Amino acid sequence: MNSMNVVTPEIILLAMACVVALVDLWVTDPARRPTFWLTQATLVVVGALHLLAFDQGTTAYALNRMVVADPMGHLLAFFACVAVLITVAYAQPYLAVRDMLKGEFFILSMFVLLGICVMCSANNFLVVYLGLELMSLSLYALTALRRDHATATEAAMKYFVLGALASGFLLYGMSMMYGATGTLDIPKVFDRIATGHINRDVLTFGAVFIVAGLAFKLGAVPFHMWVPDVYQGAPTAVTLLIGGAPKLAAFAITMRLLVEGMLGVAVDWQQMLVVLAVGSLVIGNLAAIAQSNLKRMLAYSTIAQMGFLLLGMSVGVVSGNTLSAGNAYSSAMFYVVSYVLTTLGTFGLILYLSSEGFESEEISDLAGLGKRAPWLAGVMAVFMLSLAGIPPFVGFYAKLAILQALITTNLTGNLVLALVAVLFSLVGAFYYLRLIKVMFFDEARDVRPIERSSGISSVLALNGAAVLLFGVVPDGLMSLCREAVIKALSS
Amino acid sequence: MGLLSLAIWLPVAVGTLVLALGRDEQAGVVRWTALIGAIAGLLVTLPLVMQFDLVAVGLQFQEVLPWISRFNVKYHLGVDGISVWFVVLTAFITVVVVIAGWEVITERVSQYMGAFLILSGLLIGVFCAADGLLFYVFFEATLIPMYIIIGVWGGPRRVYAAFKFFLYTLLGSLLMLVAVIYLYYKSGGSFDLSAWQKLPLPLDVQSLLFFAFLAAFSVKVPMWPVHTWLPDAHVEAPTGGSVVLAAIMLKLGAYGFLRFSLPITPDASREYAWLMIALSLIAVVYIGLVALVQQDMKKLVAYSSIAHMGFVTLGFFLFNELGISGGLVQMVSHGFVSGAMFLCIGVLYDRVHSREIASYGGVVNTMPHFSAFAVLFAMANCGLPGTAGFVGEWMVILGAVKVNFWLGAVAATTLIFGAAYTLWMVKRVYFGEVGNSHVAELQDINAREFLMLAILAIAVLAMGLIPKPVTDVMHTSVVELMKLAAATKLP
Repeated sequence: MNSMNVVTPEIILLAMACVVALVDLWVTDPARRPTFWLTQATLVVVGALHLLAFDQGTTAYALNRMVVADPMGHLLAFFACVAVLITVAYAQPYLAVRDMLKGEFFILSMFVLLGICVMCSANNFLVVYLGLELMSLSLYALTALRRDHATATEAAMKYFVLGALASGFLLYGMSMMYGATGTLDIPKVFDRIATGHINRDVLTFGAVFIVAGLAFKLGAVPFHMWVPDVYQGAPTAVTLLIGGAPKLAAFAITMRLLVEGMLGVAVDWQQMLVVLAVGSLVIGNLAAIAQSNLKRMLAYSTIAQMGFLLLGMSVGVVSGNTLSAGNAYSSAMFYVVSYVLTTLGTFGLILYLSSEGFESEEISDLAGLGKRAPWLAGVMAVFMLSLAGIPPFVGFYAKLAILQALITTNLTGNLVLALVAVLFSLVGAFYYLRLIKVMFFDEARDVRPIERSSGISSVLALNGAAVLLFGVVPDGLMSLCREAVIKALSS
Repeated sequence: MGLLSLAIWLPVAVGTLVLALGRDEQAGVVRWTALIGAIAGLLVTLPLVMQFDLVAVGLQFQEVLPWISRFNVKYHLGVDGISVWFVVLTAFITVVVVIAGWEVITERVSQYMGAFLILSGLLIGVFCAADGLLFYVFFEATLIPMYIIIGVWGGPRRVYAAFKFFLYTLLGSLLMLVAVIYLYYKSGGSFDLSAWQKLPLPLDVQSLLFFAFLAAFSVKVPMWPVHTWLPDAHVEAPTGGSVVLAAIMLKLGAYGFLRFSLPITPDASREYAWLMIALSLIAVVYIGLVALVQQDMKKLVAYSSIAHMGFVTLGFFLFNELGISGGLVQMVSHGFVSGAMFLCIGVLYDRVHSREIASYGGVVNTMPHFSAFAVLFAMANCGLPGTAGFVGEWMVILGAVKVNFWLGAVAATTLIFGAAYTLWMVKRVYFGEVGNSHVAELQDINAREFLMLAILAIAVLAMGLIPKPVTDVMHTSVVELMKLAAATKLP
């Protein structure tokens, strides 16, 4: 196979980003319809290519084995395309009203996606880093999109400085790994560790830095400080972009670096993940209760959700045995996909409720929504219940999959972790329910009618229906994730 | 589609349709659609009793479809003699509730009716589920409509009550979820309840599972000391909500004991039977005394429900047929009687807008027809022979005497306490001189109210006079259950 074929979607994405940049120079329409549709068409094509490649189910290497195209990478890239597609659709009217809709938004979003795709198919430490930086730098710039706004600028600075620190950690950890194993190729690192002749201290040292770097990107406690500020400070459209597709990428690089590269030292990094996970569950859930700002609350909720995800990642190897790896990592993948689906809807709804000069950022802004717009409130309630893990919504099965992965290891420690996880789900249920309470039980303060846009509301309805549908029949999505992860592990 | 699927999904479908009808301007259409849907739902369940095979062992009307192949979860429905009555009872009570809310609910009618219909389908789902995860999904999903019902249409402290209801029950259910997943693992990857019943388990594991189930079900029943959510929820809920809560939702907990605790952890159940009996007797005696001092009629009936449910759990853990059948009969009869009691309070509340006993007096003078019904239901509540309330209590007391005379003697005090608090309330509310000007202006019940009380009165009397058809249906299944509960599963 011609090795360039493997990266065709990425090449198309890059080329189209440049085309959109050029075309945008001649667009005068304030809603930027030509570039909007051009972007969406590109995303559809790229997503379709990834889906087709996933369907073939083969694993191919390209560019001197720097890049791997396996089902897991394709599936994650496909979901990322869908996520960015939905994000851009939700964001366009919001940004247009606020005079922030420049061509840059589309181009940078496409670069974010490009970075994610590169990470999903990385087979080399440096390629991981390359994709990560491409994504992060685009996101820093997007956070500062509202450049005359103090909070947004502060958030962007914070994001940039802490993000750079995290990248530094990651790079330092990678250099340690290189020093220990003499290679940056992920499969080769795996093989070298498997020989057992590698200096264990250096490896562990490297693993600590890599995990710390990943934890920054995932937003796990104690590396979570940037999450609430960035979620709150960034324009909501950009928050949506940050909270959606990049989580898929974070999962992808965790898989690539820790599982595919460093499974041999799983004992070390699994312990770290457990600490990160429990910390995230505790701090994320407790801090979310105290928030009055909706975006900040969702930020802490994200931290807690990432804690759940990390629990799934931490039980792949049980007493040196990798039998449960497929189960654990596919559960984690299902978790992240369902989480992204729900988060997109949540922020999309906040965007939809915002109108000119009104941000709908406070929890109290949603008061009485059940009366003003019952359908919107209903869809939001679906998202909240899904995040809380109440059946029959997709979030429940995500939690079920993770708990199941913990319990089937048959270790008392993991059983205790499962109990901790469910107890903090209960805490989490409180603040998700509070939002439903505000929408349905409280009287409306804002009685202005909600500006309707049939396009966006149908996307929202679809999004809500997907959360319900994957809750009623979760089998298809679960099997996809399982298939993808098992193929990635066996290659 | 089988009968059971129809019984579950018909109300859900009609409920969704009613929700979609939306606006309050179409309240008439909404009401009639809801009523037709509820009656159709009831008609669907009648063949279940008509065609019920009295001698067949095991589940009848079974439906098995693959649902989540990843975890080997099946859409497995079936009823036996234990559950079939609750399916009918749920559908029946739904009809009553729709009639009860006819003129009273004027705001957000479609949401009210829709929530009750969907709730009805989910409750029937709990009683039909033969798969552990399916049971859990229905069990949890019922919380959502009830939370909305209490929170939107409830009294002044409705928000507090709704949260207390949701979080209390969620805590128990989450512990049960861990137990369910553990059983899934132990049984080698099956969620089938009958497979779990055959699974050998050591006593310490059984004990842990038993207490996890106890956490879920004791909150739902509710048993002393985790009963405190019930009075709050009852007082704040609208009349229909109270009726469904008392008549059906409390039964979920007791039903869970029969489906999970007794057959799956029989050794632990016997081991901790003393605890269950002690808690039940505390509920019977202590809660009976608490009910005596209540000022609020709804609170009084709520405490009376706890005392009656204590009788049910007492019967179950006596491990003889009289006890278990008696508990089951008590569950069904309590469904009719407590529902009727709450409806009576609702009738008064709609007119005077007070639930305080002190606000009434001499109601019989202005509302003779209504008072006749109310006194009949009150008599049934204190277990007068010839009414439904008597049969179950009598059987449980006999069962208790068989085990130990003093146990029966303590249990029998319920007849005294029950008569005391019920009749004292009847005396203060209905009899005597006309208490105040509000009572003097009362209008007697209209045709709609007469209809709903009359059908309940017929049910209460029929069950009290000819209980044999009810117990006949239960007999085979109770004997089977006794075999399972008496067997040892220790490896």
